[in-house]
Amino acid sequence: MAEKKVSLGKEFTKGLIKENPVLRLVLGTCPTLAVSTSIVNALGMGVSAMIVLICSNIVISLLRKIIPSKVRIPVYIVIIASFVTIVQMLVKAFVPALDAALGVYLPLIVVNCIILGRAEAFAGKHAVIASAVDGVGMGVGFTLALCCMAAIREVLGAGTFLAGAQDLLVLFGDNVLGGFNGFTLIKEGSALSPMTVFILAPGGFFTFGLLMACANRIAESRGKPKAELKGCEACPMAGSCSIRADGGACEDGKEEASA
Amino acid sequence: MTAYFAILLTAILTGNFVLCKFLGICPFLGVSKKLNTALGMSAAVVFVMALATAVTYPINKYLLVKNDLEYLQTIVFILVIAALVQLVEIVLKKFMPPLYNALGIYLPLITTNCAVLGVVILNVDEGYFAQSMFNSVGAGLGFMLAMVIFSGVRSRLESCDVPKFLQGLPIVLIAASIVSLSFMGFTGLVEGLLGL
Repeated sequence: MAEKKVSLGKEFTKGLIKENPVLRLVLGTCPTLAVSTSIVNALGMGVSAMIVLICSNIVISLLRKIIPSKVRIPVYIVIIASFVTIVQMLVKAFVPALDAALGVYLPLIVVNCIILGRAEAFAGKHAVIASAVDGVGMGVGFTLALCCMAAIREVLGAGTFLAGAQDLLVLFGDNVLGGFNGFTLIKEGSALSPMTVFILAPGGFFTFGLLMACANRIAESRGKPKAELKGCEACPMAGSCSIRADGGACEDGKEEASA
Repeated sequence: MTAYFAILLTAILTGNFVLCKFLGICPFLGVSKKLNTALGMSAAVVFVMALATAVTYPINKYLLVKNDLEYLQTIVFILVIAALVQLVEIVLKKFMPPLYNALGIYLPLITTNCAVLGVVILNVDEGYFAQSMFNSVGAGLGFMLAMVIFSGVRSRLESCDVPKFLQGLPIVLIAASIVSLSFMGFTGLVEGLLGL
């Protein structure tokens, strides 16, 4: 595989805005919707996924010349699953409250398409340092998008901001920052009550839809195309997928793009 | 028997994987544009979910738990699912060509479907075989229900005049939000119906 010269700064910043994995590439929608009920959960999920992404990008990039291309997907999955297991154990040991909050979504980082997608689209073709930087950029972009969504949902849905911050701060010792545990914006018994629907499932879809509309608006004002569900281009399984040839889901994507 | 029925109904309606637990969103948004692709994809998901649970349950109970290797669950399960999907594809292609033609093209996509790995991991936490099987079939049927309903909603959406910046994915997500809202109406249904 030919290796392109890449500028590290560009690799980092493209993940933040231009190719934001959640809002522009529409990858990793499941964890985005599921854990963005509070900023603390979103931050925990984002950082866990980022660690897995960076480590797996580095290892896959190191092994890219050894892995035969026919079995690369299973190999990538094993590498990613190993790092997910490590992160899972670390979270269980050091931040148990986060493990309880994220539940099944923590092991499900394995099938997060951002990670397999980056392995396939970037780490398998580029040198180690560029891949690591790509991992950091994409990870930070993912975390930013998650926190953005979580901030909206938490403030509107629960009336709090950064609630449960001690769950994460426990990493740095007991009662850091004077036992800071978030702000309560809507006090109990006040005339206002939070719109609970925002932290439930429908609110997740709704917030994500509106955020994506905003991202499209910004992209258009800069003359960029709007985000489409590029299921196939971004999907790591694109190579072995025959829906593409049969004109199922992917054909739809093309129609949308041309419309 | 009531307990099994309750598991099934919970998995299909009140705890719907797509609309309440956010698992399997990628195919939900990507393959739900036409009714026949939505049906094919969800039939393949039901099939693989049931099979994956039937295979991973004994592996977990008699191999991993017995040897104190529970920490390998994630790695083992994803590998088992990947291998299983490949195997099913080969077997169907050889022995059941009509079924392969209907489901085959969706099978490679299922390896990385978080609903399948999700149901397997959730089942392991609960731990009984029959209950697990009912839960996975229910989860698969719930996925199918959500896909079918949503493909209907999307076909209506096609002919709507949508504001410019909501066109494409945003309006689809907002439609999903409304479908999900309607599923919230099922809250308490299982308890009420079966008198639990």
